[in-house]
Amino acid sequence: MRVLYFAWLRQRIGTGEEKVEPPAEVRDVAGLIAWLRQRGPGHAAALADISAIRIAINQEFAGPDAAIRPGDEVALFPPMTGG
Amino acid sequence: MAVRVQREDFDVGAELAALTAGRADIGGVATFLGLVRDTAGGQTVGAMTLEHYPGMTEKLLAEIEAEARDRWPLDATLIVHRYGRLEPGDRIVLVATASAHRQAALESCAFLIDWLKTRAPFWKLEETAKGGHWVEARESDDAAAARWGKSDKPAR
Repeated sequence: MRVLYFAWLRQRIGTGEEKVEPPAEVRDVAGLIAWLRQRGPGHAAALADISAIRIAINQEFAGPDAAIRPGDEVALFPPMTGG
Repeated sequence: MAVRVQREDFDVGAELAALTAGRADIGGVATFLGLVRDTAGGQTVGAMTLEHYPGMTEKLLAEIEAEARDRWPLDATLIVHRYGRLEPGDRIVLVATASAHRQAALESCAFLIDWLKTRAPFWKLEETAKGGHWVEARESDDAAAARWGKSDKPAR
């Protein structure tokens, strides 16, 4: 599974992309975020507040309860500020 | 019917000429041109860097454009959005909508920029005397997008 980070999530975590293989009991985005927090202090800080994070799975917006599967592209980012 | 995400600057006159070339059915074109401001929240902004999600950005802009074309009778549309480092006065975004009549063009242009601001995956990093900081999403932008009614897809 590929996890992508943008904006301040990318800066705090220190990378824009990582390949991860979460255990089988990680079934949804909220579970993935909880699991990712254990990867280090940068992850823990960036992912502390799930309400500050927006989610896309395979480039479609999704909520924290959305299911994830091996091979998915999961992107985590702050609310958008384009235009 | 065109969406472009690019680092390079664009020429508004050339873009509009290309949009309407050979199209005598178009009665009016509405445009929104977004520029980099030199101040934000009382701070002087020296420059701004726009980050985006390659792939999803183009997909989202195409979806937003398709939504506009469902809602209004449009003959031609164009969205150009830049990314990378920009300085005050630089062009960031161009939205142009063409229709037989002005109302559809003006309304759909406002709709596109309102929706783009809250749904397209762009993030702005402003450089000020205090250092770089990520621009926070504004509730007023959410309200501006919400006045156009619901989408069938979840937003932020």
